Amino acid sequence: MILARVVGTVVATQKHYKIEGAKLLLVQPLDPEGRDDGPLILSIDSVDAGVGDRVLVVTEGRASAMALGRDQAPVDAAIVGIVDEVSLG
Amino acid sequence: MLLARVIGSVWATVKDPGLVAQKLLILQPLTPDRRPVGETLVALDAVGVGMGEDVFYVKGREATYPFLPGHVPADAAIVGRVDTIESGGTST
Repeated sequence: MILARVVGTVVATQKHYKIEGAKLLLVQPLDPEGRDDGPLILSIDSVDAGVGDRVLVVTEGRASAMALGRDQAPVDAAIVGIVDEVSLG
Repeated sequence: MLLARVIGSVWATVKDPGLVAQKLLILQPLTPDRRPVGETLVALDAVGVGMGEDVFYVKGREATYPFLPGHVPADAAIVGRVDTIESGGTST
């Protein structure tokens, strides 16, 4: 999983039937200190996150499909948690 | 599998039901001589490790296996605590 911040939403009327109804959000990966770290990722959302939230994102197919609750859904990223606090060292 | 050090933890109240009661730890990947290398990540703890410990973890769909038959959406899971590493004639 990676830490990220929700920075946008994406609307797509036409999509694969396995991802119909799925909410799509743009997330900016973060390092543990909260700095931007790498290119934006398009992720489905299973925890009702919103723009500005710091979130946990799985970046692998099986875990993402599991989060969406649909076997073999063609997704490779899913928001699975809203972060309250990060504690280091 | 990859070597890493536990450098932090993450608290999240709102999360996928499969992640309830799971421990979320921040990992810094390590070289065989225990130097930091590459990007940090968040992993689930399948063995019960603590802050500052050196561990090894799996990435990918295999990360869900320690938690089967549960539906735990994990893409990285800590599956061992490292005692010693011997590499290139040195032991750490």
